[in-house]
Amino acid sequence: MSEILKHGPLVVFGATAVGGAIAVVLTQNVVRMAFWLILSLGAMAGLFFSLNADFVGTAQLLIYVGGTLVLLIFGVMLTASGPFVSIKSSAGDLVKSGVAGGLLLTLILITACQVHWESTPAYDEVGVMSAGYNATADGNTTRPLGHAFLGARPDKDLGRPPTDHLSPGYLLPFEIVSVHLLVVLVGAAYLARAKKRKA
Amino acid sequence: MRWEYGEIHTEMAGMNVFLADGGIAEYLVRHWEYRQGTALAIAALIHAVLIIHFFAVAPLVFIWLERKVAGRIQDRLGPTRVGGKFGWLQTLADGIKLIQKEDLCPQAADRMLFRLSPYLVFVASFAAFIVLPWSDGWIAQNLDVGIFFMLAVMSLEVMGVILAGYSSGSKWALFGGMREAAQVVSYEIPMAICALVPVTVLGTLNMVEIGWAQSGFLTNWMIFHDPFCFIAFFVYFTVATASVKRAPFDLAEAESELVAGFHTEYSGIRWSYFFMAEYGSMFAVSGIATALFLGGWQTGIGIEEAILIPLRGWGENFLFKGFTVGNYIANLVGCVVFISKGCLLVIVQMWVRWTLPRLRIDQVMAACLKYLLPISCFLFLGVTVWPLILYEASSAMSATPRTTLGRPLGEKGHSPEPRGRTSDGKKTSSVPGQEARS
Repeated sequence: MSEILKHGPLVVFGATAVGGAIAVVLTQNVVRMAFWLILSLGAMAGLFFSLNADFVGTAQLLIYVGGTLVLLIFGVMLTASGPFVSIKSSAGDLVKSGVAGGLLLTLILITACQVHWESTPAYDEVGVMSAGYNATADGNTTRPLGHAFLGARPDKDLGRPPTDHLSPGYLLPFEIVSVHLLVVLVGAAYLARAKKRKA
Repeated sequence: MRWEYGEIHTEMAGMNVFLADGGIAEYLVRHWEYRQGTALAIAALIHAVLIIHFFAVAPLVFIWLERKVAGRIQDRLGPTRVGGKFGWLQTLADGIKLIQKEDLCPQAADRMLFRLSPYLVFVASFAAFIVLPWSDGWIAQNLDVGIFFMLAVMSLEVMGVILAGYSSGSKWALFGGMREAAQVVSYEIPMAICALVPVTVLGTLNMVEIGWAQSGFLTNWMIFHDPFCFIAFFVYFTVATASVKRAPFDLAEAESELVAGFHTEYSGIRWSYFFMAEYGSMFAVSGIATALFLGGWQTGIGIEEAILIPLRGWGENFLFKGFTVGNYIANLVGCVVFISKGCLLVIVQMWVRWTLPRLRIDQVMAACLKYLLPISCFLFLGVTVWPLILYEASSAMSATPRTTLGRPLGEKGHSPEPRGRTSDGKKTSSVPGQEARS
């Protein structure tokens, strides 16, 4: 009984997140999609909360549910001609999105399967992860990748004399990609408006 | 996950301080030997039941109060008949009527979303109460990012309103929903910045720590800390009034133009959910204002030091093991103080509503983007510079480099050596993960 209650949040939130995500894909009405997204993203926040990651969970709620989704529905309300907008994908779209989604799923599955879960570090009583850096003892997780994206390479730099130059991480490409996204959005908005003016 | 306070408390750290410290889950594990998971579930249930009671009863009182206040302001009597002289039971009678009403759903509506959106509003408003600090230790979930969580959750309420407006399949509702979206999305920004002003001074997002930092006399409240905090309180209150769509900012409803705005098509119990959420949110934003600016559960006349803190630990294991009478009384006083302050601010919101005329939508947006947003940015800038100016001024005037009025940035705590923080600044916790996670 106690075990069920302990893992209850994980099961409930996980099922809601997955169920909501599937519903997003299967629904054709844009606003209903947004509703299912609320459910899915909210459950993701719940997962973060049940992992004691309060800040990430809150940020998830604030940015994705409270920010992005509100803007999404707002945009639909402003642009929709009929009361309900439905999306019907053509066969080609289905194939393309299926391939992209399948590739992403494969990537995630491979990543998840490569983690040695039994050797992941145990949390001590206070809930603090054991200190130090050791990729194999950490269960071969994607943590080095995360470090590298933040510009730190403990896998290469640890143990080297401090006078050496530090190895470069991927911080700059990472930032460029995010700025690129902004440029794409601005460009898209510009193109959309320009078309309107000509017509 | 909270501060130990004073010597009294450090010696009590391992003892029974039920209803004061540690939380219900820890109590159940320690005294009734429940397993962790079961204890967490029971504690979550208790917290949820307590909060939902407040959440349901408060609107009952507030709606009655709103009618009375409105009546008095307009030189009328308001409800007088139901339940005796003052019409106490008017809201209850209304509630019974609303439950009996037919639950209509228009033909043009998107049935699923139409039925679900009142719950979305309700849940978002309810969730904000999870981190409201009723008293020291009387908090359902003492998150380290408390105020951030509260602002995030309160921003979800707009979602339900927009969906309600959109799914009703009615022009009035759609316009109401669009106005609400535009208004709330813009008012959220100055609201968060104004909440940041005292947070910058205090250096913590934890609601209980914010409360303790304002203990002592009235002048320790954040509103009197510096001129920027003082103005920030009023800006916050204006913005908060707008963000819970109360008049003069209730453009989403705007009876004179939009019939009833986003809830035009609703009837019966679903309609009343919107109003429960509205009155609940009114108290929630007032609660934030109380916790951040008006000293939280502190009385402000300094009786904590003299009476309430010595009281803690008195009458241990009274009636049943783990129950400490002194703690209970001290927390009860705090809770009453907190609720009174919150209700006072709610009454001010009502007063404003029945005094000022409704703005136009362009005026609402202009007020936010042209005035309130720059003002709040200026206040935020000011509050970061303020301690540096004071520091310079005081070190120029005297040999002592420190001033009691303000202190350099990066230093935590407002009162000298915040209550109960142990000397190395470490927070102590006896049992990890003790708080209920629902």
